[in-house]
Amino acid sequence: MNGIQRIQNRFKQEKVFVAYLTAGDGGMQRTLDAALALIAGGVNMLEIGVPFSDPVADGPVIQRAAKRALAAKTTLQDILQLTKEIRKKSDIPLILFSYLNPIFSVFNTTFFQEAAAAGIDGALLVDCPLEESNVFQQKCLENHIAPIYVITPSTPMERVRKIAQHGKGFLYYACRKGTTGVRTDLPSDFTEKMQSIQANVNLPVITGFGISSRDAATKVLQYADGVVVGSLFVKALEDGITPTELTTLAASINPLVRKKV
Amino acid sequence: MTISQKTNGRYGEFGGAYVPELLMTPLNELVTTWNTIKHDSEFLDHLDNILKNYAGRPTPLTEVLRFSQAINGPRIFLKREDLLHTGAHKLNNALGQCLLALKMGKKRIVAETGAGQHGVATAAACAYLGLTCVIYMGSEDVKRQAPNVLRMRLLGAEVVPVTHGSATLKDAVNEALRDWAESFDDTYYCLGSALGPHPYPEMVATFQSVIGKECEAQCRQLFSRHPDLMIACVGGGSNAIGIFSAFLNNKNVRMIGVEGGGHGTQLGEHAARFQTLTPGVLHGCYTYVLQDTHGQIAETSSISAGLDYPAVGPQHAQLFAENRVEYVSARDNDAVNALQLLAKTEGIIPALESAHALAHLIKIAPTLAKEQCVVVNLSGRGDKDLPQLSDKIG
Repeated sequence: MNGIQRIQNRFKQEKVFVAYLTAGDGGMQRTLDAALALIAGGVNMLEIGVPFSDPVADGPVIQRAAKRALAAKTTLQDILQLTKEIRKKSDIPLILFSYLNPIFSVFNTTFFQEAAAAGIDGALLVDCPLEESNVFQQKCLENHIAPIYVITPSTPMERVRKIAQHGKGFLYYACRKGTTGVRTDLPSDFTEKMQSIQANVNLPVITGFGISSRDAATKVLQYADGVVVGSLFVKALEDGITPTELTTLAASINPLVRKKV
Repeated sequence: MTISQKTNGRYGEFGGAYVPELLMTPLNELVTTWNTIKHDSEFLDHLDNILKNYAGRPTPLTEVLRFSQAINGPRIFLKREDLLHTGAHKLNNALGQCLLALKMGKKRIVAETGAGQHGVATAAACAYLGLTCVIYMGSEDVKRQAPNVLRMRLLGAEVVPVTHGSATLKDAVNEALRDWAESFDDTYYCLGSALGPHPYPEMVATFQSVIGKECEAQCRQLFSRHPDLMIACVGGGSNAIGIFSAFLNNKNVRMIGVEGGGHGTQLGEHAARFQTLTPGVLHGCYTYVLQDTHGQIAETSSISAGLDYPAVGPQHAQLFAENRVEYVSARDNDAVNALQLLAKTEGIIPALESAHALAHLIKIAPTLAKEQCVVVNLSGRGDKDLPQLSDKIG
């Protein structure tokens, strides 16, 4: 089964609860332990964040995580190794989540081939819009990795449709303006926007940006095919959470299981 | 290998618009407006009028005989952007973009600043045009450019110190972009150099092209031809592209861009992008970027905050690729020495940025024939650098 198929199969089976982690924050072992802890807590798709020195789309929590990961000298090779270790223990889709420049430096190498072999199923470049992504797209498709694209509340519907034609696996709906971070509510236009997007595209749509509670995650899943929780977990790791506690935290947010009364 | 197909805003393979999808909305809005307004004679006349009656254009082209004599050099002319209101060429661009923002119905301007010159220019333009102004500035730069921080505040701007990363210009750009990603409905991002995603490099170069146009006419008046050599400092590269633009078609005009050579040749000790020639993507454009082998952006060092930036404007990357412009670097100490020499021989204190251009001229003066005419873009004045100079020269 190749990467694109693994993602497609996942969405055929169930909705997805996605976690984001900045790879190498606290060292590679800590990220591996965290990934497995999240999976034990019900996460069934993982975004593996490549740390970057200038993360313009990220708020303070993920900026700090990236800085720590880079101080720990995290490299793409380390991240492929991490991917292999996670893959040994789990068959959930693994998405490489990066800014362009660290990946650009390996465009001319066998990186995408190695990434696919390591277990990467999809890839998203935060700062590479559709217009600039043809090499990325080609590298992904050659290796059966799903190229994932972002859409936002201000993306015109015509453009959403165009992006959906190029993306594979799913679309990532960043549901609000600004940067990543922990927030309490969903934006007021969420339902309307999601319904409109779902009516216009054939790919599954996952929603992220500021989702940090079970209530918000549950509401997201009424309209979306998946929900992403990022900064909340990254912040918990910053605050020294243990893997056992992280499993409990993930389970407490997991919108895929009915809440015990 | 090029990293993209031919898209808008390309200079050879350089340029493009590499931004998060969220920023595609305001960028597309800007492209649409810019493509109309750049041909709109009413807008252009309005801007010309402001540049003349508010900013103080045209700026003179001054021959510096005693400086030339001191370095045993050719005929040397300085394009006096230091005499522009607020003290540097930055105002040409800030007024252009803020007027554009006003036409777009934006009420609030965000901008980044390194040396503080673009911040001061933007703050002044906002005060003049009645816009709210927020300036992001690295906390290191806040310290080393204290007079400009006070000026921005006097001009009514909010100055937000940025403490992440290296706390210099690139981090200020990051923070301004983050602000814009949240605020673009009513906010315009006034980028200060010929950098960033399309259409900024084209737009900034266009607003700065007034320097070259004036200079071309002044050269004809003063020595009846084009100069043999032009030298300008290159941070992002807006003053250089501004003055070079009017002469690029004349292959007899030799051009040199001077980067911040810092205090050493190791990565992190300088801001000389053309020394490493590593292509990459930073802040929305594909160009030469100082970075490590893993694609992480390197820290940079220059005594001049305005040159202390890891990427160079895409037009310069292409001018290098075409062998049209030579790019060199000048060390911190050589810039300080050049600043002192110009001050003592001509009564002009240049900005440390512009002093890099002079430092290179001093270096190559022995190789230049006496009858040659050299134009140096004196992009700004050095008042802002006094605190730093007092540490250096006591």
